[in-house]
Amino acid sequence: MDLAQLFDPAIFPVLAADGLTNGAVYALLSLALVLVFAVTRVIFVAQGEFVSFGALTLASLQLGKVPGTLWLVLALLAISAVVEGISQLRQGQGRRAGMVLLSALGISAGLWALLTWLAPLKLALPLQVLLTLLLVVPLGPMTYRLTFMPLREASTLVLLIAAVSLHLILSGLGLAFFGAEGSRTPAFAEGQITLGQVQLSAQSLVTILVSAVLMLALYFFFDRTLAGKALRATAVNRLGARLSGISPVRAGYVSFTLAAAIGALSGLLIGPSTPLSYDSGFLIGLKGFVGAIVGGLVSYPVAALGALLVGLLESFASFSFSAWKEVIVFGLILPVLLWRSLTTRHAEEEE
Amino acid sequence: MKRTLLFSLTALLLSSASAEIRIGVVISATGPAASLGIPEKNTVALLPKKIAGQDITYIILDDASDTTTAVTDTRKLIQDNKVDLILGTTTTPASLAMIDVVAQAKVPMISLAASEGIIAPVDTKKRWVFKTPQTDAIMAAAIVDHMAKNGIKTVGYIGFNDAYGEGWFAELQKNAAAKGIKIVGSERYNRTDTSVTAQALKVAAAKPDAVLIGASGVPGVLPQKALRDRGYAGKIYQTHGVANPDFLRVGGKDVEGAILPAGPILVADQLPDTNPNKKVGLSYVNQYEAIYGKDSVSTFGGHMYDAGLILQKAIPRALKVGKPGTAEFREGLRAAIEGTRNVIGAHGIFNLSATNHLGLDARSRVMVVVQDGTWKLLK
Repeated sequence: MDLAQLFDPAIFPVLAADGLTNGAVYALLSLALVLVFAVTRVIFVAQGEFVSFGALTLASLQLGKVPGTLWLVLALLAISAVVEGISQLRQGQGRRAGMVLLSALGISAGLWALLTWLAPLKLALPLQVLLTLLLVVPLGPMTYRLTFMPLREASTLVLLIAAVSLHLILSGLGLAFFGAEGSRTPAFAEGQITLGQVQLSAQSLVTILVSAVLMLALYFFFDRTLAGKALRATAVNRLGARLSGISPVRAGYVSFTLAAAIGALSGLLIGPSTPLSYDSGFLIGLKGFVGAIVGGLVSYPVAALGALLVGLLESFASFSFSAWKEVIVFGLILPVLLWRSLTTRHAEEEE
Repeated sequence: MKRTLLFSLTALLLSSASAEIRIGVVISATGPAASLGIPEKNTVALLPKKIAGQDITYIILDDASDTTTAVTDTRKLIQDNKVDLILGTTTTPASLAMIDVVAQAKVPMISLAASEGIIAPVDTKKRWVFKTPQTDAIMAAAIVDHMAKNGIKTVGYIGFNDAYGEGWFAELQKNAAAKGIKIVGSERYNRTDTSVTAQALKVAAAKPDAVLIGASGVPGVLPQKALRDRGYAGKIYQTHGVANPDFLRVGGKDVEGAILPAGPILVADQLPDTNPNKKVGLSYVNQYEAIYGKDSVSTFGGHMYDAGLILQKAIPRALKVGKPGTAEFREGLRAAIEGTRNVIGAHGIFNLSATNHLGLDARSRVMVVVQDGTWKLLK
């Protein structure tokens, strides 16, 4: 009876649209996860934290408060600068070390001044979005500098453990910065749009469109630009890439920057439709991860499709068996893993 | 954070001194229950620091909303800090797990969690366990009464997919059956879900006269918004779990018209002057907001405050039985709490007995509606 009701013309399109909207966000996250894994072998558990940090930073700005993210950025900047400075000094580059420290000091002062000046003004939404990205995106490269770069020769397991602890640290900080309760950010577009049978909120449409544009942009980045090709080369063969003059460290920086940007944008996209709290990013990231697993953590298009499937499955399962929804969504991993282990030959880890 | 650390440090230093009463506080200041635990923790600063000439020391530990940590914390407080009483914790599962520990050590405990199972039925273990928050049963009865009075015949339910949501559904079933109200849909969602469109669609399709949302805090906004987006025009009921300022801030116009039961403290200023809880409620709100800022108060801290009021009366009587730190004192304290009569708290009037370790009655809740972005007392 339930299943027949699912295909009711008044219900099916709504569920499909809802599933696609969430699926689009999961797809973005799954791309970030595949990217980070392919380039640095890190299963980036903390990806979801960028989602909540993005949405909650914007929410703080909306209230005219200086977001706690600023202090995290400043702290990370200071630690990164000191670490970088020491490593430069060790290489006998005293001058460079000084430069690093000075520029970090300059950037910190600049950021601090900018935020304390602009936050209470309650600027227009697009400007606040820019400020949010300015704060959240640097978290990507800086966490890479402090956690994964020093570990870049370590085994996948060590990297995974580091990623888990990073997740725990970031979500703990999120609680301290933004409080226990969630927040909702304003919609980029108000109102409802009717497409034939389906009534779609304008925000869902924005989410789907922005995700599609981002995915296209990523495609062009990987296919047409030198930096993108370098990333792909690193993913295919780290040693070979290094021999042809591609720095794996730089590739790591680029992939973490992209991951943070994608995470923050995802947070901004779903922030209006649901209240996000400091700990909601993790589950959202995990659903992106299910998509990434479907793509075997290597294929971008399959990961994106897998994530869309997760979104749709979630929506239909919520309708028919809401109490079992999570079980169904995460249960999707099992047949996929089984199928993959039966069809793919086991490739040895390169180290 | 820093405040707690300082607090526990001073507490530790002081704990070496004698002739004082040590009270251990276990609270969920982090983790999923943090939105309840933080105001409870903040309220410790308002609890009496001296009762009947005895200094009171509070030692606060965070259980991170985790059952195992709560039990470890309780053991630590009893064994290392030699506390005479445990206050806490915030959540039902953790409070249930703490019962064995306090019963074995014969240390009385006042829980701040909702479920009736913590204190009932009173047996050899639960002799030692009390609680101050209204049970879901009291609140659910209030909701269903309101439904029956407003001619509601069918009701749909959307609730958390956890103990909170299940507990409320069970109470709804029990009370609705008694009043002849039919439940036409029951759906679940998770606190961190990004969409409940599908569940709202299904419940709305059954066309119930009213929908009850069994959620706590800000996530309670989501189903109400989804129902309104799908054009559902019936009454929407929420539980007292959403009664905090963040729910209004985040929900905005999406939660207008929500009807919920709550402790009288939520609308203390709107209560008639004849209501005995008005004075206590307002005094708590004023003290709390003087420290933590305007509009920072939520109802949950009131449960901690009420525990303090009960102790204010119980400790002098327990002191007649024994000295703090002795088994006699703890047994005396237990008996004194059990003998609490007519203590007027922020949430109601406490009359405990050997069979009722909560002691609140129907005066402990009022019906409230969200109107113009604030809580309005329903007459």
